[in-house]
Amino acid sequence: MSKTLFDKVWDSHVVRSLEDGPDVLFIDRHLVHEVTSPVAFQGIKQRNATVLFPARTFATADHNTPTINQHLPVEDPLSANQLKALEENANSYGISHWGLGHEKNGIVHVVGPEYGITQPGATIVCGDSHTSTHGAFGAIAFGIGTSEVEMVLATQCIMQPKAKKMRINIKGELSFGVTPKDVALYIISRLTTSGATGYFVEYAGEVFEKMSMEGRMTVCNLSIEMGARGGMIAPDEKTFEYIKGREFTPKGAAWDKAMEYWKTLKTDDDAVFDKEFNFDAADIEPMITYGTNPGMGIGISKNIPNAADISGGASTYQKSLGYMDFHEGEEMIGKPVDYVFIGSCTNGRIEDFRAFASIVKGRKKADHVTAWLVPGSHKVESAIKEEGILQILEDAGFELREPGCSACLAMNDDKVPAGKYAVSTSNRNFEGRQGPGSRTLLASPYSAAAAAVTGKVTDPRDFLKNNN
Amino acid sequence: MAYDKFIVLKSSAVPMPIENVDTDQIIPARFLKATERKGFGDNLFRDWRYNPDNTPKKDFVLNNDTYSGKILVGGKNFGSGSSREHAAWAVYDYGFRCVISSFFADIFRNNCLNVGVLPVQVSAGFLDSIYTEIEKDPNTQIEVNLPEEKVTILSTGESEKFDINGYKKENMLNGFDDIDYLSSMKSEIEQFAATLPF
Ligand code: SF4
Repeated sequence: MSKTLFDKVWDSHVVRSLEDGPDVLFIDRHLVHEVTSPVAFQGIKQRNATVLFPARTFATADHNTPTINQHLPVEDPLSANQLKALEENANSYGISHWGLGHEKNGIVHVVGPEYGITQPGATIVCGDSHTSTHGAFGAIAFGIGTSEVEMVLATQCIMQPKAKKMRINIKGELSFGVTPKDVALYIISRLTTSGATGYFVEYAGEVFEKMSMEGRMTVCNLSIEMGARGGMIAPDEKTFEYIKGREFTPKGAAWDKAMEYWKTLKTDDDAVFDKEFNFDAADIEPMITYGTNPGMGIGISKNIPNAADISGGASTYQKSLGYMDFHEGEEMIGKPVDYVFIGSCTNGRIEDFRAFASIVKGRKKADHVTAWLVPGSHKVESAIKEEGILQILEDAGFELREPGCSACLAMNDDKVPAGKYAVSTSNRNFEGRQGPGSRTLLASPYSAAAAAVTGKVTDPRDFLKNNN
Repeated sequence: MAYDKFIVLKSSAVPMPIENVDTDQIIPARFLKATERKGFGDNLFRDWRYNPDNTPKKDFVLNNDTYSGKILVGGKNFGSGSSREHAAWAVYDYGFRCVISSFFADIFRNNCLNVGVLPVQVSAGFLDSIYTEIEKDPNTQIEVNLPEEKVTILSTGESEKFDINGYKKENMLNGFDDIDYLSSMKSEIEQFAATLPF
């Protein structure tokens, strides 16, 4: 029978299929961080259980770590406790631990691919919803709850019914200045935040074929924001090129054998999806959000829609605009910006910093803007320095912070104050996500850079043209 | 977390003929910050059970000595609202092992099955019979027989079959949660792992 990419990877990991029950799915790689794991480890202890395959589990600290002075003791006692618990748990169960200060430390979804933990055809879970990032390599990757973290630690399996299948095709060529982030925000604006609930998504078509691996990670990362369980893209030469030689990828004969298998990982021509969407690349422009969920996005040159033109939820629509202090019909361009955040597992990789630097180069940060530039990992941080990007940033009046999730969820000190506007390259613009009362505008690294130098919402294409 | 096996339960029941009891009522959101599963039984129906000054509300059924037992008989659409597992914990930790209703919210039903509370869905007519019998005699005994998937009002002999998914039934009979189930197939998992390319 013809199979989709998702079928192929899922079916090959089913240990047992329960009649009118879930599948028992084997998990190849389990990523663990400090916030969602302590209670799970406690459960393991209480059961007198053990971690079944410690070598398949990888721990890193990221969610509540500070992004300055990481060499000093962590001040917040709650954070310090969780970091300590992670270290102790990892040590006592023989799990590799890339804690604060470790050279491989970084955001869990950034370091996974960097070290080749993420591979095509693998099943990957983590107690964080943006685990979908790893789908960029043709893996099945999704976020889980704490009781499931315990389940995977104890048994390396999870009990889940198989999701329905959706394919999103985008044909044509992306316009000038349009990034993978814009593609993702466009898709979410079209499908809404619940449009893919119950589905696992495959992205296909020219746009994704031409996209870099980092761009594919950005797109898959945001799958969860339209309700999808996860998103994936079939592996190709670009994928193999990217992972080759990384620490945890197979070497020598094992590599050749893996390649044979990986090359079979694509959807059969006549395979059927439960739902398909087709979009045209030419319709996508740089995007920005104006409301309090990632589905409330528009082309940056457009005006905020009228409630009447929005399908459903008029009352929450007004509440959303009220929170942002925006009004129907207003222009987005020119709106004042107080904070700029570039980072997170959505846009905290080297290509994102290159994009940001290409705009701020030779310009100056707007005086009233506070900018947090947070690399996704130490590896990204090193690349920023080695490529001379740090110099460009510093010349423009920016400083680089140390890696972590930072203002993506504001669990550490990087909080946007109440009422202030932040253009952010992260993934959620929920009320209070970036700090109590904070107002978030999600956008690409280009748009974040443009806002950082002008201090207001600015079409990044103006600058990109000037650069040519 | 392991729970006691459920095979046949014979008990009096607590009537709560209210429709659409949601998870916010079962366990108010402010009790979700706990990092350990502790004290949830005390907070079951907290705001229905207690006044703001923590004195018990006399007219609420859980504060009425006339009714007791390990079975809670709720109205239609019991457990709607959020997916919080804490609601099922609270029901179990209070001491209920079974909730009977004519309709359950999906996620709540699943959560119950995971933590050791048996949700028994009966017809509206049968639910009414239970209420009627309890009204006549608060000590009316109800038998919930899991192997036979049958619930019986012992005083009248009236009974009805109920549905349960085979996997969940097996777990309840053994007092297993998903992790126990998976642990029981450990060697199968290890053999499977050995065949994988990763
Ligand atoms: S950067 Fe944000 S979304 Fe990504 S792992 Fe950290 S908190 Fe989660």
